[in-house]
Amino acid sequence: MQTVLLTIEKKVSLTIDNKKVRVPEGTTVLEAAKKAGIHIPTLCYLKDINKAGACRICLVEANGSLQASCVLPVSEGMVVKTNTPRIRQMRKNILALILANHNSSCPTCVRNNNCELQTLAKELNLREEIFEKEYSHHIDDFSPSVVRDDSKCINCGRCVNVCNDVQTVGVLGFVHRSDRTKVAPVYDKSLAELSCINCGQCIVNCPVGALREKDNTDLVWEALADETKHVVVQTAPAVRAALGEEFGLPMGTSVTGKMVAALRRLGFDKVFDTDFAADVTIMEEGTELLNRLKNGGPLPLITSCSPGWIKFCEHKYPELIPHLSTCKSPQNMMGALLKSHYAKMNGLDPKDIVVVSVMPCTAKKFEVQREELAVDGIRDVDISITTRELARMIKEARIEFNELADEPFDEFYGDSSGAGVIFGATGGVMEAAIRTVADILTGQDIDEVNYEAVRGVEGIKEAEIQITPDLKLKVAVVHGGANIKTLMEKVLSGETQYHFIEVMACPGGCVNGGGQPIVPDKVKMEKDVRAERAKALYYEDSAVLPWRKSHKNPSVQRLYKEFLGEPNSHLAHELLHTHYVNRQ
Amino acid sequence: MKPELEQLADSVCAKYDYDAVNLLPILQEIQRLSVHNYISEEMARIIAKKLDITESRVYDVVTYFSALSSEPRGEVIIQICNSTTCNVNNNRDLIRWFEEELGIKVGETTPDNKFTLIFTHCFGACDVSPAVRIDDDVYGMLTREKVKELIAAKRGAGE
Repeated sequence: MQTVLLTIEKKVSLTIDNKKVRVPEGTTVLEAAKKAGIHIPTLCYLKDINKAGACRICLVEANGSLQASCVLPVSEGMVVKTNTPRIRQMRKNILALILANHNSSCPTCVRNNNCELQTLAKELNLREEIFEKEYSHHIDDFSPSVVRDDSKCINCGRCVNVCNDVQTVGVLGFVHRSDRTKVAPVYDKSLAELSCINCGQCIVNCPVGALREKDNTDLVWEALADETKHVVVQTAPAVRAALGEEFGLPMGTSVTGKMVAALRRLGFDKVFDTDFAADVTIMEEGTELLNRLKNGGPLPLITSCSPGWIKFCEHKYPELIPHLSTCKSPQNMMGALLKSHYAKMNGLDPKDIVVVSVMPCTAKKFEVQREELAVDGIRDVDISITTRELARMIKEARIEFNELADEPFDEFYGDSSGAGVIFGATGGVMEAAIRTVADILTGQDIDEVNYEAVRGVEGIKEAEIQITPDLKLKVAVVHGGANIKTLMEKVLSGETQYHFIEVMACPGGCVNGGGQPIVPDKVKMEKDVRAERAKALYYEDSAVLPWRKSHKNPSVQRLYKEFLGEPNSHLAHELLHTHYVNRQ
Repeated sequence: MKPELEQLADSVCAKYDYDAVNLLPILQEIQRLSVHNYISEEMARIIAKKLDITESRVYDVVTYFSALSSEPRGEVIIQICNSTTCNVNNNRDLIRWFEEELGIKVGETTPDNKFTLIFTHCFGACDVSPAVRIDDDVYGMLTREKVKELIAAKRGAGE
């Protein structure tokens, strides 16, 4: 006989600001209030990531005593007040103390008008800074990707939690104690000297301007003003899914046409799409997978598009380097092709071409500097900027983004398939690869192109796909450092075996990259940024683009026919493939 | 990674079943057995790997406790309490005596790498305040003469 255990969720009743609320046991007062439509201000709190009760801004009176609501569990009959004169005054005092150690240079701060501290000062109606200012002036800007500005750090700990728990990179931490406590990199080194993977997740989770990208917009303006240079730009898939947010459009709005129009207004000679190179990546990586399947390995083949993941692997799992695809990332493939094939077709000297990339990513800034990513001493990509930097350039040029009429990419290098565009979401590279590999192995044009099993925001996704009667392809898709660590340890121990693994360093993939628009925590409590932005890409794949498989992209077919020959050909290897460094 | 550092880390971590819960005693023991009495960056990296925690967690603990150091130190660590009671009981004379006897300032190490003089938080010797801790021993009710004798004794101990 079987015993059936029923777990009944225990509910707790309490009163918040005279409202009766009934919530499951274990809920925090902050969450319970939110359910009741009462918004308690927070600062250090970050949903699912940081629940430290450190900043005390979320103070409430619970049964008469002051408590931090983000870490206070509800109890039966509890009487909570969130808006008494005492609470309002305490919150102002706390905020004033935080501001005493914060460099409030708001008008020139990159986070002006998108700063959670600034918003809080406004919301709490704080009218003066009553304490004497005291803060460090140390700035670490040696990293090509991430700048740390101690003068603005408010020690909330969000970056520490993201770096250690979400990404398991662990280069940022709290050091010293008491009033000397501060956030600092390991052994007070520069991030450039450490095993920082440049993912920028610390930046997109920082409430203030203490962490920001290394700004390269000046370099782009300079190139655009130089009449001797032919300046071309390429945009990564995830950029179009988020750029609109910088101009007040709802999350998940695809702004491809406006983005292209804006780039032309900025003065780029050609506007190309990194998605084209994503299609080329599928040709190269797909062929690499087929060869490895045929020649017995090394398997699993692991994708190499994410430069954050590549550096993570080089530091933590150098034994997996032989498993990494030798393919350069789409950004760099595009650069290498523009400075060879495109230069030749247009009678241009590669030295006169400036390739600018707009990426959802801060690690791409590091990637473009990698020594091994140059052909004959000429860098594939000259300048990499983030989605945020592009938005700032558009604003600085006083272009009315929302008024722009849609424009298409320039031809050939602007042509892409739906497979290329979904690269921007976790599972996209895998799905794109399967679409092509399945066609090649079966010799058919398979109608079914939606591989739902590899989509979505679940941390580790696995799928088995029967491609031919002889081959059941076993694949995994993983994103976010902690999930990567879990999966790679299983791969190394032999506990699980796959043919192919897609890895993205950022949770959710590129749509949630470290270079994307910064979403306040208030919004993150309501919406899953990863899923919302991914919708824009799957929409383009299914409803906008004429081809859904990389090998069906006619410009890609022409590139191979007229220039590269076969995928993985000698020339393809020279231009589109690379090697890695053991950094342990 | 230097094999001798790895060997040292392994020998200590093994005693604690490589369990990160024991990070503090592991660090104390490794520091005691390390040249220059500190946890070097390289050692922190090795310990992090052995215990499967991040480097920043190791550095966090090393900087939190004044018994641990992230910088090279002398053989003998003299810790002067600088918390409230010792401050109120005028530890300034005590600080000056030690600084004059050793010829260094608080926070420094003697050129022969014998002594390091540092501040520490309260270690509960308020009854004999102002107090110092030298390695594991606590001394209070000190006079200029006693400080001189203490240092002479410690200086002679290793020779």
